[in-house]
Formats: sequence, C-alpha cells, structure tokens
Amino acid sequence: MSEVSYGEVIDYTKAPPLVEGNPTLSKIDESIAKPMEKFPSRKYFMALSVTLTMLLIGAVALGYTFYYGIGMWGNNIPVGWAFDITNFVFWIGIGHAGTLISAVLFLFRQRWRTGIARFAEAMTIFAVMCAGLFPLIHLGRPWYAAFVFPLPTQHGVWINWNSPLIWDVFAVSTYFTVSLMFWYIGLIPDLATMRDRTTNKFKKMIYSVLSMGWRFSNKHWQHYEKVYVILAGLATPLVLSVHSIVSFDFAVSILPGWHTTIFPPYFVAGAIFSGFGMVMTALIIVRKVFNLEYIITADHLDKMAKVTLVVSMMVAYAYVLEPFIAWYSGDPVDWFLVLMRATGHYAFGFWVMVSCNVFIPQLLWFRKIRRNIGVLFVISLLINVGMWLERYIIIVTSLYRDFLPSSWHIYVPTLTDFGILIGSFGLFFTLVLLFARTLPVISMSEVKGVTEGAHPSHHLGAEHE
Amino acid sequence: MRIPHIILVPNMSKLEKTQSGRKLLYGLTAIFDSPEKLVHAAETVVKEGYKDYDAYSPYPIHGLDTAMKLKRSMIGVVTLVVGLTGGTLLVLFTWWTNSIDYPLFIGGKPLFSWPSYVPLTFEMTVLFGAVSTVTALLVVWLGLPRNSHPLQDTEFMKKVSDDKFGLAIEAKDANFDERQTKYLLEKLGAVEVDPVYYEARELTLKETVLDPKFIGAIVVVAVAVSGATYFGFNKMLLMRPWSSLNEQAKVLPETKSEFYPDGFAMRPPVKGTVARGEMPYRYASNIPGAEKYMKNPILPTKRVMLVGQRDFNIYCSPCHGYFAEGDSRLQGQFPVPPSLHIDSLVTAPDGLYYEVITNGFQGVMPSYARQIPRDERWAIIWYIRALQKAQNPGEVAEAK
Ligand code: HEC
Repeated sequence: MSEVSYGEVIDYTKAPPLVEGNPTLSKIDESIAKPMEKFPSRKYFMALSVTLTMLLIGAVALGYTFYYGIGMWGNNIPVGWAFDITNFVFWIGIGHAGTLISAVLFLFRQRWRTGIARFAEAMTIFAVMCAGLFPLIHLGRPWYAAFVFPLPTQHGVWINWNSPLIWDVFAVSTYFTVSLMFWYIGLIPDLATMRDRTTNKFKKMIYSVLSMGWRFSNKHWQHYEKVYVILAGLATPLVLSVHSIVSFDFAVSILPGWHTTIFPPYFVAGAIFSGFGMVMTALIIVRKVFNLEYIITADHLDKMAKVTLVVSMMVAYAYVLEPFIAWYSGDPVDWFLVLMRATGHYAFGFWVMVSCNVFIPQLLWFRKIRRNIGVLFVISLLINVGMWLERYIIIVTSLYRDFLPSSWHIYVPTLTDFGILIGSFGLFFTLVLLFARTLPVISMSEVKGVTEGAHPSHHLGAEHE
Repeated sequence: MRIPHIILVPNMSKLEKTQSGRKLLYGLTAIFDSPEKLVHAAETVVKEGYKDYDAYSPYPIHGLDTAMKLKRSMIGVVTLVVGLTGGTLLVLFTWWTNSIDYPLFIGGKPLFSWPSYVPLTFEMTVLFGAVSTVTALLVVWLGLPRNSHPLQDTEFMKKVSDDKFGLAIEAKDANFDERQTKYLLEKLGAVEVDPVYYEARELTLKETVLDPKFIGAIVVVAVAVSGATYFGFNKMLLMRPWSSLNEQAKVLPETKSEFYPDGFAMRPPVKGTVARGEMPYRYASNIPGAEKYMKNPILPTKRVMLVGQRDFNIYCSPCHGYFAEGDSRLQGQFPVPPSLHIDSLVTAPDGLYYEVITNGFQGVMPSYARQIPRDERWAIIWYIRALQKAQNPGEVAEAK
C-alpha cells in the first residue's frame, strides 16, 4: 500500500479522499465491526428503550383498531383515506432515497456513496416494511389481504388489473423484493468477513449460513460485480416506477387536487426529497453514536445536502404549477380547492409544509450551513415534518371538500391514529438500531475498495466492468 | 477429484481434526501484501500455464480480470431472457383473466385495454429479471451455498477476508508440483506460502439433502404450516375479534327480535303508507254502483295486451278458461264461473271487472288484490275486452 502524505499543503486539484485519515484496511474492518463485537453502550440501550416504547404504543393502537374496527380512527365519509394512506406514501417515499443512493449514484459512478449506501439500503427495506403495514391495516380486516393477489376463488372473478391499487401492490412488493436482494448481495462479502473475524461459535454459525461460503475469489468477484451493475440498472427505473404508481392511486381518480398529470414526477421528487431528509437524520445520529465520523464524513453530508436542495426546488416547482394549472384550466372546482388548501381548515398545515419543504431548504445554498452538522440535523428533521404534511394535505384537503357540498366533512385524527403513526416510527428506528448492532452498517469491502492505493496504480482510471 | 457439497457449517478448525484422518492436499496458498503484487502474480501464473488457480482479495481489484484473462461474464443473458419472459407471462395472464376467463368491463374500456397493463408488465419484467439473476449468480455461477470448501476457515481465508491479497493453486492442476509451485510463488513476492489439506472423509460424505433428519425437519415444517393455515382459516377467523363479519347486531330469518316487544324485526309501515306502484282502492268493498266512477287509466298498447294475456292466463284461466268461456280446468272441484261473454258482462263497465278482481265476487271468487298490482289488473281488463270482441265479431264490424 502506498503511503501518501499530504503534508501542510492541500492539493486542490484532487478530490478530497473518500475515507478520511487514510486508515489501513484492517482498521476499517475494526471500526465498522466494532458495534457488532462490543457489548453495546448505555446510550444504545437508552435509544432502544425509547424506540421500543414507541413500538409498544403502536402495538396497542393497532390492537384497538383490530378489536373494535377502524371506527377507532378519525376517518369518515368523504375522508376515507387519512392517516393510514398518508403514512403509507410517506414511508414509501423515505425508502426511495436508499435506492437512489445505492443504485442511481452507483450507475453514475459517484464513489462517495460507498460510506452511506449500505445504511441507506437498509433504511429502504425498513421503510418499505413500515409502508406495507398501512394498506394492510387500512383494510380493517387484514387477514383478508390475500385477495389483492390474483388467486383463483370459487367466485370465479379475478382482480381488476385496470386498478392502480393493484399496480400498487405489485410495484411495492417488487420493490421490496429487489431492494432486499440488492442489499443482501452487497452484504455477502461483509458477512464472510464477519464469519472469519468472530470468535463466538453461535455468531459464527449464523454468519456462515448467511454468507453462504463466500470465498473472495476473483472468479466470483467478476460475476458478482456484473450482477451488482445489473441490479442497479433494474432498481433505477424501478424506483421511479414505484412512486409514479403510488401517485396513480391519486392521479387516475377524478378528484380535484388529485387528478393532475404532474403527480408522477412530483411524487418521485418528493420521495427523494423526504428520503434524503430521513437518511441525513439517521446518519447524523449513527455516525455520532458509533464514532464513524471519518467514514461518513462531512463531505458526504455536504453532498447529500446539495442533492436535497436540488430536489427541494423540484418540489417547489410542483407547488407552483399546481395552482397555476388549476387557474389556467378555468375549472372552478379545482380553483376552489387551491383556495381551500391555502386558506381552509388545514391552512396552517399547508403553510408549515411550504416553509419546511421550500423556504427552509434554501439555507442549504450556504456552504457554512451544509457543513454545520447541528443545523443540518434540524433542517433534516424539518424536511421530514414538511414531507409528512405534504401527503396529509394532498389526501385530506382533496377529500374533505369534494364536488358535492352536502358531503363535506372535516377530518380530525384520533389518539389511535397518532398511536399508529408513532408506532411506525418506533418500528423503523428499532429495526435501524438492531441492524446497526448485528450487521455491518457500512460496506467493508466497498470502503476498502475506495481507500488510497486500493488499486494497482497503472490500472487506475480504467474502470473495469 | 470431486469435492462434495456440504450445506451445513463445517467444523471450525479443519486442520486439527485431520491429524487422525487421512489428509489430502488441496493446493498451495500464497499471501501478498499489496494489490500490485497480486495482479503481477496472477499474470505470471497464467503465463506459466496454470489453469486451476484463483486470486483472492477483500474487494474486487481493478485490472485483475484482465491479468487473469477471464472471459466476460455472460450472466446478463439470464436477466434479459427471464425478465422478458416475466413481462410476457404477465400480459398473457392479465389478458386471460380479465378478458377470457371472467370478462370485466371497466369504465366502458375495451376488455384488453393495454395501457392499463404497462405498469404491471414493467414490474414483472424487473421482478423476474432480478430474482433470476441473483439466484443464477449464487447457485449456478458461484456454486453457493457451500461451506465445505477446503479453503473455508483456513488462516488464508481469514487474511484475504481482512486486508491481505491471496493466490491459491490447486493440486489437481496439470502443472502443479508442490516444490516448484512453492518456489514460483515465493519468487513472486508472497509473504507466506502454505499448503491446505482437507479430510479424505469429506469425499465420501453423502448428499445432506437426503439425510433423514433433513427430510424429517421438512415434513415437520410442512405439517406445522398447513396445520396453522387450516386452523387460521377454518377456526381462528370464526373467533372473536376476527368473527366481527359474522357476529353482527342483526336479526336473522326465522328468529325473534329481542328489541321490539312484539318480537318482529320488521316494523309495520306507518298507517296510510302507500307502496310504490300501488293506489289504495277508493271504495269500501262491494258498494253497488261504484264501478261507474272508475275508468281504465292505461292505454291498450301491445305491451299492455301482452301483460294482460300473461296475467289472465296465470291468474284467471284456471277457473274461467283461456278464452273466458267458463270452462274451468278444475274439473268441478270448485264452483264453475259463468262465461264472461254473456251480454250483461260485455256491456258492464270496466269498473265492475276492477272491483271483482280487487275484492272478489260473492264470496266465491277470491280477491286478487295481493297478487296483481293495480296496473296489471287494468291490463287484464283490456285483455278480457279483446277476448270478448274476438268472441263477438259482429260487434267488431259494428265498431268499424
Ligand atoms: C278460483 C276460481 C276463480 C278464479 C281464479 C277467478 N275467478 Fe272470476 N269467478 C269465479 C266464480 C266461481 C265466479 C262466479 C261467482 C258467482 O257467480 O257467484 C266468478 C265471476 C267472475 C266475474 C263475473 C262477476 C259478475 O258480476 O258476474 C268476473 C268478471 C270474473 N269472475 C273475473 C275474473 C278475473 C278477471 C279473474 C282473474 C284475475 C278471475 N275472475 C279469476 C271464479 C274464479
């Protein structure tokens, strides 16, 4: 390994190193494996007890819902979709950033993704798990959920393939499967490293089974890398399709506020935006708790902040275009809805949403702010709030004032609604914490591959397939 | 020399155990401490004509494939072929289910409205492509899962999985010679060169898939899963709270209402309620002369005549005969009515017929008010009028 010393003079012609401090390869293993090998700290258990409490609240709220039925929620006619579908769209959106970071940035050869990709992928999987829960409980009787699949029954009738809700089922389950496989394929070499590191017999057995006997053979690496590119290539259009299809649930209906052609791109941008917000929130916590500051560097967060700023402006464009089209179409019902959003019962939520998603992210123009971890953390939290509200506003304001004034109705969430929302956050963060303790949060093999001197110098620059 | 597949986790330190059993040489392993040296070593080993060898590194190294002269990976073909198959199958399936097996008409669209199927075709292409590629990679291309490889759990593997770069040349290679190969590897800059052995026992191990324990475990799992499914769908769903669809606060047919004192679930309508299509009869029964105040309110269209014919044949013909001639089919088991073609009835106003159908006649002909709705009664009367005209053609001529 070549020793590169930077000395006092910083070479600005070179991109900053992806891994700070030029650690040795086994140092990388050591610090990534540390959370898995050491008995967790008190901080970890405190965090876990908080998330488990949230999970428990969710479980109780769900128990109520199943026992007494969805009458426990604030839903009514016409607001038949409220917290449940809001949370579904919110969590699916969170998941999209993971795929974007792991697949899209991989295809664009953005090597800075290595430090955060594994974590983002795990977040995708956990977020999709949370998301998948909501349509299920929205059924009220989730044990009948199998009817969304084309099963032959004695009624003879098949599911209606023209329905966006059916597309949704297939899109989300495909997305979950592909993300899981992508994540697992990436994990195999690291699981093998853990298999060879651990001294605990039980852990060794688990890691051996999971790593399937991976041998780091170059004849294997060759096919492995090819498959990784293929999966990235499949996941990229997939992630765009999933949120487009989620938006079809709304756009294909004829409700004012939903029936717009801008929805698919608007939803995809919103998904990436909220996802980046959530990845930043979680990463800032994780790098602090597990002392991984030199692998997840301020540069990473800086770059993520820039992406966030760009998508924030895409979202802003959609916000401007919606009222414009409502006005330009000359449809009085559409225009009425725009007014209702900005001035009606949910106006406060609307303006909080606009501030969090459009105004506050403008701070990210400043390099000082992008590199100030504390401020970044607050901004990322606000983005989460804003994006959750966005889905809430889209769903509830369109429903509570529809064409017939006689059926107008205000929606007020109940405690059970909030309980389930809290529970979904509990589930997500519990899974994140358990993941951080049992699996490598950062891809060891990939990080090793981007250290200084990882590749023979005369081959550098020639990216192989 | 075939090395058997053993799916289960092997013993932790192979070398210790082999002391007693017969050891077989797998090959020589060499450790290098930089990627450059590994690439160089791989190049040289290829030049020397070795075939059964492999390079090992904690991460894929750029340029190693070219140094090893590996052919391009063709695994993408699997993705393409299976992915396209998945998309095609989806189109065929959706088309068959919604257009052939149980045609569904949605919003007046054609049965096979292809734009609806585009999103799903895409999703299935991706799903089939991804699942097949990953399965093919692991099972076919890499031969995993396999925890029985001789290199597994060796010191060599521990080093290449951490921070070292390794090369292993197998003993089965035609060019392999323990002394010469070792010399070559050392000359190439290897820090360590070690032989790797495995137990002869491993060659004779049976396939674990046929192990009775394994099969037993599968049977147990199958029974448990099907039992749980049976219980879930046939028993659990009928218990609380899952049974809420069955246990509803409603009165089932033939049961008593606990709520109303009279025990009826169905409430009698409010006094004076008029059912749809009904008009209450204006006159108390059998008021003489009332018939003069009633006129047939409907016109004798073809449809009305057909309804009248149908109803007459159903309700009246058993006693009055198909042509109203009083030729009862009841074979004298019931008073035989008179012919409706007698003069007094031909000249009688429509109201009289209506009155008779509604209230019955002299306690002998029953009332048909419950069976025949008001308008149909009038239709029957039009039909009787037609029968009467048909029986007295003279009058028809007169009418002309
Ligand atoms: C159960 C047998 C029975 C059926 C069915 C029946 N009737 Fe009669 N109907 C009688 C009998 C019997 C008489 C004669 C009663 C009498 O003379 O005392 C009669 C008499 C009549 C009369 C003559 C009344 C009068 O002023 O002389 C008319 C008109 C009549 N029925 C019409 C109908 C029509 C229309 C229907 C079909 C809706 C019908 N009946 C069905 C048995 C029946």
